[in-house]
Formats: sequence, C-alpha cells, structure tokens
Amino acid sequence: MNFGEIARNKLNFLTMLLAAFTVAIVPAGAAAQEISEPASTVDAAEVEAGSVAEGEAVLEEAGGFEHFGPDRILGQPTSSEEDMLASMTFQDQYTANGEYALWMHDAILMPIIVVISLFVLGLLLWVVARYRRSANQVPSKTSHNTLIEIVWTVIPVLILVVIAVPSISLLAKQYQSPPEDAITIKANGYQWYWGYEYVDNGGFEVISNMLDESEALDAGEPHQLAVDNRMVVPVGVPIRLQTFGSDVIHSFGIPSLWFKLDAVPGRINEKILTIEEEGIYYGQCMELCGARHGYMPIAIEARSMEDYNAWVAMQPGGMTRAQIEAEEASAAAEDAASAEDAAEAGDDAGVDEAEAAEAEAA
Amino acid sequence: MATTAEGFDAHHEDHAAHDHGDHKPGFFARWFMSTNHKDIGTLYLIFAIVAGIIGGAISGLMRWELAEPGLQIMGQVVNFMGGDGSSFDQQGHMWNVLITAHGLIMVFFMVMPAMIGGFGNWFVPLMIGAPDMAFPRMNNISFWLTVAGFLSLLFSLFVPGGVGMGAGTGWTVYAPLSTSGSVGPAVDFAIFSLHLAGAGSILGATNFITTIFNMRAPGMTLHKMPLFVWSVLVTAFLLLLALPVLAAAITMLITDRNFGTTFFDPAGGGDPLLYQHLFWFFGHPEVYIMILPGFGMISQIVATFSRKPVFGYLGMAYAMVAIGVVGFIVWAHHMYTVGLDVNTKMYFTAATMVIAVPTGIKIFSWIATMWGGSIEFKSPMVWAMGFIFLFTVGGVTGVVLANGGIDDNLHDTYYVVAHFHYVLSMGAVFSLFAGFYYWFPKMSGRWHSEFLSHVHFWLFFIGVNVIFFPQHFLGLQGMARRYPDYTAAFEYWNQFSSYGYVIMAGSMVIFFANIGYALFAGRRAEGNYWGEGATTLEWSLSSPPPFHQFETLPVIEDHHNADDHISAKPATA
Repeated sequence: MNFGEIARNKLNFLTMLLAAFTVAIVPAGAAAQEISEPASTVDAAEVEAGSVAEGEAVLEEAGGFEHFGPDRILGQPTSSEEDMLASMTFQDQYTANGEYALWMHDAILMPIIVVISLFVLGLLLWVVARYRRSANQVPSKTSHNTLIEIVWTVIPVLILVVIAVPSISLLAKQYQSPPEDAITIKANGYQWYWGYEYVDNGGFEVISNMLDESEALDAGEPHQLAVDNRMVVPVGVPIRLQTFGSDVIHSFGIPSLWFKLDAVPGRINEKILTIEEEGIYYGQCMELCGARHGYMPIAIEARSMEDYNAWVAMQPGGMTRAQIEAEEASAAAEDAASAEDAAEAGDDAGVDEAEAAEAEAA
Repeated sequence: MATTAEGFDAHHEDHAAHDHGDHKPGFFARWFMSTNHKDIGTLYLIFAIVAGIIGGAISGLMRWELAEPGLQIMGQVVNFMGGDGSSFDQQGHMWNVLITAHGLIMVFFMVMPAMIGGFGNWFVPLMIGAPDMAFPRMNNISFWLTVAGFLSLLFSLFVPGGVGMGAGTGWTVYAPLSTSGSVGPAVDFAIFSLHLAGAGSILGATNFITTIFNMRAPGMTLHKMPLFVWSVLVTAFLLLLALPVLAAAITMLITDRNFGTTFFDPAGGGDPLLYQHLFWFFGHPEVYIMILPGFGMISQIVATFSRKPVFGYLGMAYAMVAIGVVGFIVWAHHMYTVGLDVNTKMYFTAATMVIAVPTGIKIFSWIATMWGGSIEFKSPMVWAMGFIFLFTVGGVTGVVLANGGIDDNLHDTYYVVAHFHYVLSMGAVFSLFAGFYYWFPKMSGRWHSEFLSHVHFWLFFIGVNVIFFPQHFLGLQGMARRYPDYTAAFEYWNQFSSYGYVIMAGSMVIFFANIGYALFAGRRAEGNYWGEGATTLEWSLSSPPPFHQFETLPVIEDHHNADDHISAKPATA
C-alpha cells in the first residue's frame, strides 16, 4: 500500500468526521434555541405569579426567618467511612442540568471509558500470554493491514459521535437564558471571601467568610466549607447568577449543583441556576487566587420563595420584589402626576420655541 | 545530501591532520563548551535528573502536607525558607509557591530537557546517520540557556513574591494574580526563567528541524526515518510555533507588572482572559511537546522487543502530525469555565474529542506491532507496555474532560490533576524510563541490572497508581486543585494517595542504585546489545559510540525500509 492511498483514506475519514459532527451539532444547537424561547416565557410567567403572590403573604409575617441547621445539608462531599462507594463518585445532583450531566457521565462516559481501558488491558495481557518469546519463536512480518486500520479509525469516530450528541445538548441546556424577570444575584470574589450582591432586592451585599474549624464543628457543619453568612437563594425558580472578580480571578463552584463559573475582573459572567430542593449546598473557590485560595468556601442555602423574601426583608437595605413593585407603582403614579404638570408647563415653552424657529427660518 | 557529505569530509580531514581519531577535549572544554551532540545530550539528561529530584522532592512535601486535613508542615517549610512560619498567609503562599515550582520544574526542566534535549540530542543524529547536529554551538547555547532558566526559577524562591517569598501563581501564571496580585520580584524571575528556557527550546527546535531536513544519511527519505526522529521533528515544529506565543504573553506580563501597560488589566482596557488564550495557545501544544517524543521512543522499543516492524508506519507518523496540527486548535478546553459563549464551547468540545482518533490509532498500532511478535520482556519493553496501558487510562479521562458540559463540574478539581498525571507522570515519565533503559548501555557502554530495572518498574507502577488513581475519586467528589487543606471527608483518599508517594519514592532509590551499579560495576555493553530486533543506525555503532561517529556516512539502501537501516544486502538470486 502506498502513501497516497492512506492519505486518501484519511481524507475520507476527515470528511466523514466533519459530516458527523455537523450532523451532531446543528440540530442540537438549533433545537436548543427553539426550545429555550417558549420555555423561558412559561418560566417567567410562573415566577412572576409565584413571587408576587407569595411575597405578599410573607410580608405580613416578616421576621419569621431562621437559617437551616446541619440536618438540611444536601450538597457536600461524602467521607469513605460513611459510604465508600459514594466517596468515589460525583456528589448527588440537585439541578435538572446536573442530573442530566450526571446521567451522561454515569450511563455513557463511564461505561465507554471503562470498556476501552479494559479492552486495551485485555489485548496487552493476551499479547503477553500468546506472543511471548517462549510461546512464539518466529515473529510474523506483518506491517500493515488496511482493513483493521480503517476499523480502528472509524469505530473511535462513531464512539465519539455517540458522546458528542448528549454532550452538545447538555451544553445547550446549560446555556439557556434565564427568564427576563429571574432574580439576579451577583457573586463577587474578593481576596479571600465572597460577597453576594442581591441586585434585584435592593442591591445589598452579604459578605461571607469561612468559619474557623471549631466554630464550624460546633455548628455541626463541615469545616473548610461552613461560612458565617450563607448565600440565600430561592428554590425552584431560575436564578440569574452572575460572577465578578474584584481583585484577581476567582471561580464560583458548587459540585452538587454542577455549577462552576469564573469570577473575572472586568467582566460579568452570567449563568442560569435552578435549584430543585431546599437545603444547604457547599462549594469552594476553584481558581487559584493567592495565599488563602483554599479558605474562601461557598455555602448556598436554597429556601422557598416565602422564606427567601422573609430573609431579604431582614437584610439592611433588602427589598422584596413586592416591595420594589409597590414602590415603583407609587413612584410611577407620582411621576405621572408630575409629568402632567410638566407637560402643561412645557406647552407654553413649546409654542415659544416653534415661533422662534419660524422666525429664524424666515 | 552531497553538500552535507562534503562538509563532513572536511571535518574529518581536520581531525586526520591532528592525528586524533577519537580525541576528546579536556574536562572543562568538553562539558562546559561542548559542541558534541552526545555530550550535550548527556548534560541534558543529568540536568533533567537533577531537576526531577528537586521537582519530585517538592511533590513529596505536597503529599506530606495533604496526608491529613489542616496545615502540618507548611509552617516548617516557610521557616526553612527564611520566612515567618507562624503566619497563616505565608503558609498558604508557600503552598502556592510549591505547586508553581513543581509544575514549572517538571514541565520545563525535567520532561522537556530529558525528552528533546537528552534523548533527542543523543539519538536523532545517530538514527539519521549524521555526525552531529546541524548547529553544534547553538546546541550548547540551548543547554546553558535552560540551565540559566532553571537558576532564575530557583532564585525566585528567595525573593519576595507578594505575601511571602517566591512566585505563587501556579505554573499558568494567570493575570491578574501574577501582575497586581503578586508584588515583588519573584514573579519577574519566574517569568524570566520561562523566557530563558523558552529561548533555549526555540533554538533547539530550529536545530532539530535543520538537522532532520538536511543531514539524513544518503538514501534515508522522510518515509524511511525512524519514528523517534519523526516524533522529534513534529515536536520541534510545535515548539517553534508555540513558544513565541508564550514568550509574547509573558513579556506582556512583565510590562504590565513593571512598565505600566495594561494588556491584561481591565482598568486600562485590557482583558485577563487574553492572557489565558495566549497561554493555552502555547500550553496545549506544550502537552503534546511533552508526550510526542515519548510516542516515538515507545514505537522504537515495541518494535525492537517484538522483533517486528512497526505496524502501520505511515499511519503512526501521520497520526503524530495530525496530533500536532489538531493540538493547536483545541486550547480553550482549558478555559471552559471562564465564560465562553455556547458556540465556542461546542466547537472546542468537538475539536478536542477529535484528538482521541489519532491517539487511538497509535495505541492500537502499538498493540498490533506486538501482535504476532516474539516478545522479549526486557526492562524497556515492560516500561513501554506500562506506558500503553496507563496512557490509555489518562486518555479516556481526557475524553470525559473534553465535554464542556461535564467539565463544568470537574474543571480545576483533582480529576484534572489525576488526568494529566496519568498522561504525563505515567505517560511521559514511563516513556522516559523506557527510553532510559533502552539506551542507557548505548550511552554509557555499561549494563544496568535488568533485575533492578524490573523491580523499579513494578514499584513505580504500583506507587504512581496508588498516588493518582484515588485522585479521580477526590475530583469527582469536588476536591479543588491547588488547596493545601481540605474538609474531613476527603481525608481517606488523600492519605491513600500519600502512601503511594512513599512507594514511588522507594522505587526511585532503586533507580539511582541501578545507575550507580551500572556506572561502577556494570558489565560492558556490546554495540547491538538488544540483538535482532534493534535495526536503527545507532545499533551499528559501538557502545558508547565513538566521540565522532559516522566519519563515513552510512548509506540506506533500497532493501532497507523505515524499520531496518542496518541489515546486510540480501544475497541476490
């Protein structure tokens, strides 16, 4: 076989590869865009209805907020003493995307990589047993076999296509835009703590520092993950989570929510996050940020919308959506009133101006 | 070819005039002003071993610290280095300094010098039948620039770098941690170290490209070249194209740090992510720079001990070319969490997975080379087989990480650490040991102990697997990289991993004992000590080869092919 033939074969594979990936990418991407539109409008409607109605209810009994205790911890690493198997794999997932990604890893990627590794190991062991010098004195002189070379090029390509399809659709899901009225929470990375800015709730910022080991253990929480002020978020609704680096790059990562987004100075990164269950989820800074990089954990406390609103109402400068809307409504009413006055006053001025312009033109 | 032969003849006459067929210069001139590719290769190997000991000792400190939760030994390390060990921040900084130094040393001063500087210098000229490298004096400069770079890096440990002494930026030196985040000259010295080592590598790369293109023995076409030479050729091109980008990026870091520019500072219109793009445009080809020469060595070794020609020679050669080319267009898979847009992430996911195809071709071709062979399990072969399996394991976790959506959870966790140590600490390092045992008698003229080499292999194999396999579990559970301390749940597998380090360190004691034994008491090696299967040109020479080899150029005849350069012409019927 000469080189030209091989080159032609390889070229064919390249075109096939290209075609395969085009097939894989195009519909997934297109579908994602189609789906995301209607889905987000539905979500938006729900959120609005939910937040307004529930928010009103909470306002009446504001002040009744208490933080979850350690019995509500959902997202944390498992020690091997507790459960050997669980200590060797992903943490349980509490978002839809996380569950999908976990499924993809456990049902597609893991079987494939385990089978490939064992296959290669098996071939090596077979070769050791069958073709050792004592078992095979005379080596064959085979130096190529076109068919088998094609096979071991095409089969990996097919395997990769099998991986690429769910992989691309996972990306599409992760990049769905949050609905327009989703609550925006901004995580600011500082050396070396986090600040959680509640942009849509009056703009207050909660500063969150790690608890000492003794404090954490007293509270029944895992040390190095427990913090003094948790990031309280509403459960079950999409959150627009933004990250920002105030000094150097940090990264906001929570393993049990399949969420990681760098906090980069000079830009605001944004991603949708919908937590499915009430509870506490731990994370850590995931980008080297200096001496105390290992000591700026994240703790998210996902609460029902009533609890969330109650918590917001307790924060200095905190305003629930209902409060903001009420204020906006009264402001709008005032504006409207003053705008009418202004319009009346403006009429005269307008006439004067028109006259002046006419005079100038003449 | 004719010009090369003429040039070489002139050289030969010069020596004849002085009547010194195998004259070696005095000690200082030979080792400090060397222009001999074999001596420079030896210098590179010694340098890589020294750097490897330092980098390996640092990883020992890291595994010691990580053996249990809390900070145990960082305080003493800070005190030892002259800082204030009671300061919590200095301890954390020292940790960052250690991980930075470990990464930079192992990448730039251990693997690269050993692979390209050491084995490349020694065996590329021998395998292509050339008397030396194309630019022997430039070869010398390349080496000493690398040494100067290493000294600059070591010096950085003793000057302020922000919270404490040394550069604590990680080997990636991301801005703005490396600019506004690290006050003091340490980071400047670390960056300068990369400049020097990078300049040395660029010079070395041009030297290899020129040598391989112009100095092959008569009759050795590109498609008759040994695969190790192919691998060094591809690597040299990667170096030549990638390193200038790194040089540009770190030069911008220097000017951002010292001269008021704002390339990476958003306050002045710059972007921290620009640095990451530039760094990884270099950094991803860099990982292939570290592994491709290993691929080449494994091909030679597997063919030798199977007594068979390499299966699918052209596929093997062009798979390396393909890996090199595709390696340049997948860099942003190191940056999946920086806030790339969805299309970018989809592209890099797809492109990254494509690399698995040529890599798979190589793995299967090695196995096919063994298939039907008559395999002798000498030490190089055992290391090569270890390489094939462990590199496969590292490769498949790479396929997992290639998926941008999956990487969201694994990025910057120990899963990534486990992945790249499987392909480097087991891939690259196993191929280095395989190459070392394959060629050590050729280089030194003395036999190592095959028994000790096998013991070394098994202990090292067990050790590194005990170190790195549990790190997959830690990564899946969410343990972050570059952390000196961790929550109690991670303790078990970290401790497990640290035990592995002790096993690995024990195996290295055996390695050094083996070298010592060989140098002082090893029996002499003949020219072609591996026998029938060893068919490239270095086996036509004595062990060690003469100070100046191929005074008459070898000729590659029509009956020779890529796998056989030395057999006598078969009797014609």
